[in-house]
Amino acid sequence: MELILAIGIGVLVGSGVWLLLRPRTYQVIVGLSLISYGVNLFIFSMGRLRVNASPVLPSGAPVDPTQYTDPIPQALVLTAIVIGFATTALFLVVLLASRGLTGSDHVDGREPN
Amino acid sequence: MADDTSLILMLVMPFVGSLIAAFLPSNARNAEAWLAGCISLAGLALAISCYPHVAAGGAIHSEIQWLPSLGLNISLRMDGFAWLFAMLISGIGFLVVLYARYYMSPEDPVPRFFSFFLAFMGAMLGVVISGNLILLVVFWELTSIFSFLLIGYWHHNASARDGARMALTVTVSGGLGLLAGVLILGHIVGSYDLDRVLASGDAIRSHELYLPALVLILFGALTKSAQFPFHFWLPNAMAAPTPVSAYLHSATMVKAGVFLMARLWPVLAGSYEWFWIVGFAGMMSLLLGAYFAIFQQDIKGLLAYSTISHLGLITLLLSLGSPLGAVAAIFHMMNHATFKASLFMAAGIIDHESGTRDIRRLSGLFRFMPITATLAMVASAAMAGVPLLNGFLSKEMFFAEAIQTHEVSILDTAAPYVAVVASAFAVTYSIRFIHGVFFGPAPTDLPHEPHEPPFLMRFPIQLLVLACLIVGIVPGLTIGPFLHSAVTSVLGPQTPEYSLAVWHGFTVPMIMSVIALAGGTLLYLLLKDYLARCEEGPPILRRLKGQRIFERIMVTLSWRWARTLESRLGTRKLQPQLRLLVVIAFCAAAWPLYSQGFHPGELVWRGIDLVFAGIWLIGILCAIGAAYQAKFHRLAALILLGGAGLVTCMTFVWLSAPDLAVTQLLVEIVTTVLILLGLRWLPKRFHMDFTEPTTVGARLRRFRDLAMAISAGMGMTLIAYAVMTRTPPETIADFFLERSYLEGGGRNVVNVILVDFRAFDTFGEITVLGIVALTVFALLRRFRPAPDSIELPEQQRIQRAFDEERPDRQHGDTLNDYLFVPSVIMQWLFPVIIVLAAYLFIRGHDLPGGGFAAGVAMAAAFILQYMAAGTTWVEDRLRVLPVNWIGLGLLIAACVGAGAWIFGYPFLTSHSRYIDIPLVGEVPAATAALFDLGVFSLVVGATVLMLIALAHQSIRRLRASKIAAAADEEIA
Repeated sequence: MELILAIGIGVLVGSGVWLLLRPRTYQVIVGLSLISYGVNLFIFSMGRLRVNASPVLPSGAPVDPTQYTDPIPQALVLTAIVIGFATTALFLVVLLASRGLTGSDHVDGREPN
Repeated sequence: MADDTSLILMLVMPFVGSLIAAFLPSNARNAEAWLAGCISLAGLALAISCYPHVAAGGAIHSEIQWLPSLGLNISLRMDGFAWLFAMLISGIGFLVVLYARYYMSPEDPVPRFFSFFLAFMGAMLGVVISGNLILLVVFWELTSIFSFLLIGYWHHNASARDGARMALTVTVSGGLGLLAGVLILGHIVGSYDLDRVLASGDAIRSHELYLPALVLILFGALTKSAQFPFHFWLPNAMAAPTPVSAYLHSATMVKAGVFLMARLWPVLAGSYEWFWIVGFAGMMSLLLGAYFAIFQQDIKGLLAYSTISHLGLITLLLSLGSPLGAVAAIFHMMNHATFKASLFMAAGIIDHESGTRDIRRLSGLFRFMPITATLAMVASAAMAGVPLLNGFLSKEMFFAEAIQTHEVSILDTAAPYVAVVASAFAVTYSIRFIHGVFFGPAPTDLPHEPHEPPFLMRFPIQLLVLACLIVGIVPGLTIGPFLHSAVTSVLGPQTPEYSLAVWHGFTVPMIMSVIALAGGTLLYLLLKDYLARCEEGPPILRRLKGQRIFERIMVTLSWRWARTLESRLGTRKLQPQLRLLVVIAFCAAAWPLYSQGFHPGELVWRGIDLVFAGIWLIGILCAIGAAYQAKFHRLAALILLGGAGLVTCMTFVWLSAPDLAVTQLLVEIVTTVLILLGLRWLPKRFHMDFTEPTTVGARLRRFRDLAMAISAGMGMTLIAYAVMTRTPPETIADFFLERSYLEGGGRNVVNVILVDFRAFDTFGEITVLGIVALTVFALLRRFRPAPDSIELPEQQRIQRAFDEERPDRQHGDTLNDYLFVPSVIMQWLFPVIIVLAAYLFIRGHDLPGGGFAAGVAMAAAFILQYMAAGTTWVEDRLRVLPVNWIGLGLLIAACVGAGAWIFGYPFLTSHSRYIDIPLVGEVPAATAALFDLGVFSLVVGATVLMLIALAHQSIRRLRASKIAAAADEEIA
């Protein structure tokens, strides 16, 4: 389980980094999205992996913390997902504006010679 | 009221006056002059009223709390020395105001002049009456800034701009040095309070940080006083209006440097380093300033170099470390201020009435302006050190000190000779000034016909020259007591016996004076003919200009080095920067692992779920596929990206994180829609264009990037695996799990953390989200998209053709009915999705869901309408006001947070309980749910705003010109 997820995170980040270094804006935005998946999963995995653990507390009864998943990384990732969406949107708009202003979708705003 | 309030008043008045002056109408010359004059007179009166308190060597203190925790207070302190300077600043300030009233022409914007002038006066007063070293530095820098503004007053004039900039650069960098030095001093003493610093001289001199502190403070003082090797800014500052020169470059600003040296003399002087640094700078300035002054053709230039020389004399006196030297230095500060201010004003009159300041063109002005000429003659005689004038007295004291031995060294041996030579030079340039300007044949072709100035313009000079005479003849009765209180306040118990008598008998200093006077006269007679013709500047040294060296340095610093740095480190290309970023991130992660020893942990093959493995196989393929296709097949890449996102989402489900799964799924949908909306404006790129990178370099770059990507990925795998296979340490998770229900009143711990325990973080986060959405909106408002990259699809062309063939159909009817059934379904889904969003929101506190997920779901409902029926249709029927949603959300969240204050709890403290509602049953009612409502509203607003802003672009049209330009580009 851990091994699979670790490899998955690695591939997501690796593909993302590859795209990040490409010259076209669209590649970079896809790359950033892939990296954010990888990073979110990575942060999430810091709470260790639990299968079939109850996500919700019983009402009233005393709580045994060992029976539940770690909520902190989840809370962190939840906001990270939303903020990630916001930055993707912002980047997309900058990308379109740059394309509109320069006529090129190269990250430097002009075609390489 | 001669106590603490008068100090504060004295300091505040000029600044208030400056503000008032700035708002007076531009032709209010008289009002401005009255204002400035009254303020300086009031300052003078306040200073006089303070005298009884400082006469006996005491000091007035006054303090306003500023940053008491840092030991910084606005503490003011006036002793005899500060008193003398305050008198000088306000007294000469008044005379200069009077003079400036007549000097400035009606076309000049006077409010600016008097406003800066008053502010400068305030800053200068601040320097002398600061009781705290940090405060002193603040005022010190203020004087630099206002002197910059005053020198550059005629900013249409290039030399004024350059001179101002140079003065600012030199004095402000000196001020920064001073700040550093003062900080060291404060560190040594443990306080910035002037009294405490002055009381700990021995501790300072024996401290190991004494030398750096000394060098830095002297850097500040010497730059301010235009001492060698920082003297070059002063002659260039002569581009200032003459009242400014008379005030700043004789009496005040340049005196700040020597003032500081005298002020800190008891604690800093007396060491070998002090003697050498200060002595060398002083001696060089004394000699070179006087020598350069002889060869100036501009009257103001001559006076400027003479100022450098006289300040050098003061500096040299201070360097000696003997109390008598300090007495002479303080005395000469006063004397120099009086005669130099009057000389500058006389130079201004000459310039004003004749139209030139060039000594070669001027001559025989005595017959046109006899009174001014007589006054100037007396003042220059004082400058030359002629007996019965004040300059003579302090020069005599200087000679007496020069022949004493203080520190056995070449500097000390040379001192008497240098003193005599420099005095001879002073005599030479003084005679030159007088003889060249006022005597000789009548001038020809002057711009104006010279005549006497108005009485009130000459009045300040008369007063100052009178002071020179009186002090020179009866020093003991006039300046004596004031000088004594100033000297006592600086030297304290070290105060020596000194005599201010005019006649000491035939002493060595007397003989030196006679030699200097005779030698100087002789030198003038020898040089007279050469000087009448030569170009500006002394022979040989003419080419060696401090100004040029300064400009070289500035160009090197601000242009060459900056360019080199930019070309080395900066880049106009994004890729190298990102590459650097990846490398740095990689190294930052790898370094601690390497240095601490890294074990990825045992490889465990057991417990691998085949289904999970299968899901991730798809995920991996999707990720790699997206990476591979993103260049030529954007849609395919987007779909594959979505695939990877779905796998992430499933992983969350699998690993007991339903909240994340819900949010991820919804965000995934919205992101995909968003990018789909944007795709149409990206340029076409066909696979046919694709050629393998031809050059070896390009190929290598690709391999390098691939290697970097693979190492980054493998690194992440290793770290993630290593962490996951280790037993977790004790974390604060238990705290949240245990308290979530009891204190937060919610069973969904993740949600409770977000809206209760860490609500302040969430508050910040939604604010960011709102800002991003507004930024997107603002960017798109002004932005016209690139022309569509894709022409009408074939299907739409067929539909158009169909419409045109049939007479009963309007153009575009078929297109409107396109995908009619799905769009009806989508419209029907609107309420359904809203209910879903409500459901997600309400259950959020106890079950997976919450404001974030509900908000995104709600936004999806809106955007679905846009997709189903088109932007125009939706906006005719539905007014979504996303910006209001954002504002409302933020407001709700803030109000809920602030509500806790009413009950006496800190911001965002929440309250929760369960309420029993008939039929519905027990429902949670926490204030945190209200906060979540704010989150929900903001997320809806932000998401919808971004989506709509983008969707709107499709109905906007390019301006005709832009379309033409774009078409041209396509052809090209």
